[in-house]
Amino acid sequence: MADVLNALVLIANFIIVPGFAYGSQLALGALGVTLVFGVLRFSNIAHGETMALGAMFTMLISWWLQSMGIGLGPLPTALLALPFGIAASMCLCLITDRAVYRYYRRVKASPVIYIIVSVGVMFIYNGLVRFIVGPADRVMVDGQRFIMKAKDFKTATGLDEGLAIKTSQAVSVVCAVIAVAMLFWFLNRTRTGKSMRAYSNNEDLALLSGINPERVVLITWLLAAALATVAGTLYGIDKSFQPFVYMQLLLPIFAAAIVGGFGNPLGAIAGGFVIAFSELVVTFAYKRVVAYLLPESLEPAGLVQLLSTDYKIAVSFTILVIVLLIKPTGLFAQRTT
Amino acid sequence: MIQSQRTIMLFVGMATLLALVGIGQGWDVALLLVNMCIISAIMALGVNIQWGYAGLFSIGSMGFAALGGLAGVIISAKPVPGAWQAGGLGVIGGLLSALITIVLGIFVWRRLAHLGRWRYWITGVIVLAGFIIMRSLMGPAITAIEKIDPAAAGYLGGMGLPILLSWAVGGIFAAAAAWVVGKVSLGLRADYLAIATLGISEIIIFILKFENWLTRGVKNVTGLPRPVPYEVDMIASPAFQGFATAIGTNAIAAASIIVKLCYAGLFSAVLVLVLYLSEVALRSPWGRMMRAIRDNETAAAAMGKNVTARHLQVFILGSAVVGIAGAMLTTLDGQFTPTSYQPLRFTFLIWVMVIIGGSGNNLGAVLGGFVIWFFWIEAEPVGLWLIELITSGMAQNSPLRAHLLDSAAYMRLLTMGLLLLLVLRFAPRGLIPEVKR
Repeated sequence: MADVLNALVLIANFIIVPGFAYGSQLALGALGVTLVFGVLRFSNIAHGETMALGAMFTMLISWWLQSMGIGLGPLPTALLALPFGIAASMCLCLITDRAVYRYYRRVKASPVIYIIVSVGVMFIYNGLVRFIVGPADRVMVDGQRFIMKAKDFKTATGLDEGLAIKTSQAVSVVCAVIAVAMLFWFLNRTRTGKSMRAYSNNEDLALLSGINPERVVLITWLLAAALATVAGTLYGIDKSFQPFVYMQLLLPIFAAAIVGGFGNPLGAIAGGFVIAFSELVVTFAYKRVVAYLLPESLEPAGLVQLLSTDYKIAVSFTILVIVLLIKPTGLFAQRTT
Repeated sequence: MIQSQRTIMLFVGMATLLALVGIGQGWDVALLLVNMCIISAIMALGVNIQWGYAGLFSIGSMGFAALGGLAGVIISAKPVPGAWQAGGLGVIGGLLSALITIVLGIFVWRRLAHLGRWRYWITGVIVLAGFIIMRSLMGPAITAIEKIDPAAAGYLGGMGLPILLSWAVGGIFAAAAAWVVGKVSLGLRADYLAIATLGISEIIIFILKFENWLTRGVKNVTGLPRPVPYEVDMIASPAFQGFATAIGTNAIAAASIIVKLCYAGLFSAVLVLVLYLSEVALRSPWGRMMRAIRDNETAAAAMGKNVTARHLQVFILGSAVVGIAGAMLTTLDGQFTPTSYQPLRFTFLIWVMVIIGGSGNNLGAVLGGFVIWFFWIEAEPVGLWLIELITSGMAQNSPLRAHLLDSAAYMRLLTMGLLLLLVLRFAPRGLIPEVKR
């Protein structure tokens, strides 16, 4: 019995807990992508860099707060700085929209042109991040590192395997739940949110009912900026802030959005968790789990790992390909277009 | 002004800029710049074939270029004695079993449509089984290969053939990868091709980085043979020393320049060939069909053109050209470094070249390749100079000044983004617009 429990704890420690944290980060990222896609109808290549910028703003403000001696005690200071970071990246997104994207809406450019434009925006954001904080790896987390340490868990339960929960992981999940709840409250309950959904669903009908498209677009950018900042900051707290990482996150985020069906917020959340858990399940080495569950004579020699962790990124790609082959509209599609 | 005059003037302007670099920074630097410009121009031609001819948005040139580089390693690196005996069979068996699994999986998937939900499970089990067989075959083989002289080799090694051969092979590698990606993602929304190509190019880089048995991974493969003479050999030969004194320079400088000129000759030959073939294709009935598809897919489909098949064709062609350029780049470097492949440099910068040069115009793509590479390299000294100018009023030891000077290198990212946005907005057809035919 203890062996089974040990095996379960191992899986919880290495798959379930990190999966929930990483999944919430991806879900928030995918939500931003999917909102922009739903309203502006293009894949925003610059979204990864928006996350990097948002995280950078938050990090700079949390440094300033730390230098003033303000903190949240056991929680990371970045949480306190988050609202300011969100505000800063909202400003940036609005400026970008005014200076760049608005023109293409007026000339009714094709979606491909928008993507190329977002490549230009990506270059600028990328340069900005590196220009301001440089390409180095920085630690964003402070306060208490763990909510539950592996050792405490072992002494409390008497098991051989420990279960550790990092503060950043818990913070990720809690923040994501709050952000998603607020987003869905906004989309489903408020008039503006409803007009946004109407616009995303059918542009012409929305225009006929007197919805102001510029206002919808503005709100979309605000939401996308906020979601990107939260996602980027949470990822930065959980791992560390590395400017180049955010571009590599682009693929899992887009895969999550496509799995959920482009333009579908609920699907994006589901997609984020699908991608996160598959990455962890496929790249986890099951050797010790199997050793607990099987008699000693059958203990495996290898790592019992399907894919080495170096190939995490291949998992999201494979899922993307499978979805594109089987159901290109996404597994959670509502609309048919 | 007539467009042909404008084109000539722009190219003359570009040549003048390069000449200025030659005079200011030395001809050695200028020629290196020219060689890289030519390679960039060929990559831009490849992307232009996809975007300009057919309107396909692919952001995977990094992967295809890296596959070209891999071809350079496989074709030309020195064979590692004993590597094939140690693990060749296992590797080939593994790759073969992967291929069989995929074919079997597709076959089962297609044939068992009537089984409903069961076919998901059956296909899944087949793929999983095939994957495990592949791993069990390759695992020991890889360990055996990587044990052979890890400091100098530790990989399968190449075939020791002339590296020029790898240019063609690189094109074939890239074409094969493009076929797979295109099969999956073409015929759907334009965004899906973009994301799928982004994914495959990342994965190709990861494979090249981590599969040590194939490419030595981050340990790099160095010392690939050259298609042109080595400087040392030239300097050693008395005839060459005589030649150098005759033209009034020292032998070392002359050798270095002659080597670069040889490369430039080889690269130009490829550039001219690719340019000629693309122009001929663009003017042919095939080119007209491609433009018809690009401008109105529905109408072209109604005329009986198989849009998806043509898209696949043009996607493969463009990727092959990028692959050739990738192999040429590895040839010029004489080494293969998987970590040097960055999406900004190898995918998005190429896009900037195509858009700024003039999408749909081959000469435009070539010019874009030259101009953008030139500024990509020269933006750094210019940016540094600019920042020094701006901050010259500040105190010598001010931290802000030091930080700004440190960050000058990232000016070029900002410049490229700004340039792309400005051209898209105010001159969306680029420096040399597409000719209306």
